[in-house]
Amino acid sequence: MASLTRKLERGRAGLSSLGIHAILIAYSVLALFPLYLILLNSFKSRRGIFGDPAGLPNESTFSTKGYQSVITNSDFPLYFGNSLVVTGVALFFILLFGAMAAHALSEYDFPGSTFIGLYLILGIMVPIRLGTVALLKLIVDLNLANTLTALILVYTAQGLPVAIFIFSEFLKNVSHEIKDSARIDGLSEYRIFFEVVIPLVRPVIATVAVFSMIPIWNDLWFPLILSPGESTRTVTLGVQKFVGQYTVDWGAVLAALSVAVVPVLFMYIIFSKQLIRGITAGAVKG
Amino acid sequence: MRTVKKQPQPRRWHILVFILPAFLIYTVFAIYPIVESLRLSLYQSIPSAQGTGTTAEFAGLANYMRLWGEPYWAEQFWNALKNNFLLFAMHMLIQNPIALALAALVSIPTLKGAATYRTIFFLPTLLSVVIVGFIWQLILSPLWGITPDFMKWLGIREWFKPWLGLESTALVTVTLISIWQYVGIPLMLFYAGLLNIPEETIEAARIDGLNGWWIFWKVKLPLILPALGVVAILTYIGNFTASFDIIYTLQGGLAGPDYSTDVMGTFLFRTFFGFQSQLGDTYMGATVASVLFFIILVGVAIYLFGVQRRLQRYDF
Repeated sequence: MASLTRKLERGRAGLSSLGIHAILIAYSVLALFPLYLILLNSFKSRRGIFGDPAGLPNESTFSTKGYQSVITNSDFPLYFGNSLVVTGVALFFILLFGAMAAHALSEYDFPGSTFIGLYLILGIMVPIRLGTVALLKLIVDLNLANTLTALILVYTAQGLPVAIFIFSEFLKNVSHEIKDSARIDGLSEYRIFFEVVIPLVRPVIATVAVFSMIPIWNDLWFPLILSPGESTRTVTLGVQKFVGQYTVDWGAVLAALSVAVVPVLFMYIIFSKQLIRGITAGAVKG
Repeated sequence: MRTVKKQPQPRRWHILVFILPAFLIYTVFAIYPIVESLRLSLYQSIPSAQGTGTTAEFAGLANYMRLWGEPYWAEQFWNALKNNFLLFAMHMLIQNPIALALAALVSIPTLKGAATYRTIFFLPTLLSVVIVGFIWQLILSPLWGITPDFMKWLGIREWFKPWLGLESTALVTVTLISIWQYVGIPLMLFYAGLLNIPEETIEAARIDGLNGWWIFWKVKLPLILPALGVVAILTYIGNFTASFDIIYTLQGGLAGPDYSTDVMGTFLFRTFFGFQSQLGDTYMGATVASVLFFIILVGVAIYLFGVQRRLQRYDF
């Protein structure tokens, strides 16, 4: 029966499945080709990159010098570490504080809860970048200019609205019974959060994590403005400055770019299934 | 850890504990700076009476008058705003239809390898603009890019132009690169919307004799209009703020050639920070940011009160 409807569908649809695959594969090539170019050229010498950017590395152009110089004698490991710290810590705060606030808003009735809920998700519509002028002043006044702490605080503030929104949408549909029975068992409200609610929201944590991580890891604006100093540069800013120089070690740039992609790629591949589920549960209904 | 409850707690401190961290960080580092920027836009810097340094003095709407009245500012402002709306229009007309078409194809239930396609289409979105910028220069550069050679091979070398370097084509080229990178986001949102459509609805349409094409137009499209609304407003907001990154990376802070790719983001950056010969001005920077704030506010208001409310009846 199922195969019959499938056949009917295929027969009646405007496109044959061959045609559909042709379109999708064509677009896949378009999406992947530039990535292939980066990887390919990161294994070539300078002459190989500019002499024949699309060519495969051969005996005369193959070189892992780029990777070697990235690892040994550049600031890249430092930048990479900075990005990891900023993204990791900000992500932790976004997930923890976001889940806490969303839990409080959906679990308890208290005066002003609707207003606070709306206030906290306002940031989805109003980008934090608009406050850059005063933000820089604030960061300087707090003696946080050129620190990773400044970036962590700003990214946490930037990520919270979306996190609170997605967590709240999800928690709205979770039954109260589990929490109430935990309460009857005598668990404190804090233990209910950590032992009951956190495991419940696990499926959407991936969605929130991926959505929060990508813009933080790849951001150029705030590192450029709040912490452009040599020792606090993130990967994105570090590589951007690198590319702008005249005597550039292109092999190293490409190697650095290739390595910089790895953490986001890793997160995405792990979480891609949950990501879809999370969007289905939350974002679109907004 | 055992907690002995004597009576129901009269003060529910835990609610405060749960909300306060998010509330404080968000208020101090997101809301306060935006409000403070709006306030700063009403001030001007004047040399202080003591002779050293400057002090801020209330100036009313003087900065706004300068922004729209002085040719130096007005010219940059209107140019950036026009480019922003062009950017928005191109994303709406090119990026979002491509995303919708790909999402429609990928969501066909019988399609093999749908997950792989989805992952591939989303990959460019994960990349930093620095990578995207560099790689497209590697492709498009007239000196060492691969496109001239490729076109020579196809026999159409004479059609090659340094697209990123020409005033007439730079903005379109930058937009297409941005579309290449970000098509994954609307694609995911459309895809999730399409998955949300109940199987019975589509089955009913099929029994009524509609084929795949008409099911898409008559059944699926109206049902994912809310997703379309979300995509439209996200495109609008992103276009005014996030577009800075790709343009700064590809065309630099002056958004060349001759400001032809200047948008509000790069204009704000130059005004606030200064660039090369131009000195930075905190108060004019705050003014540009505030104008941007109101432009976004108008878009959001249209979405919330016009678009979203009208879409509500399609909810299921």
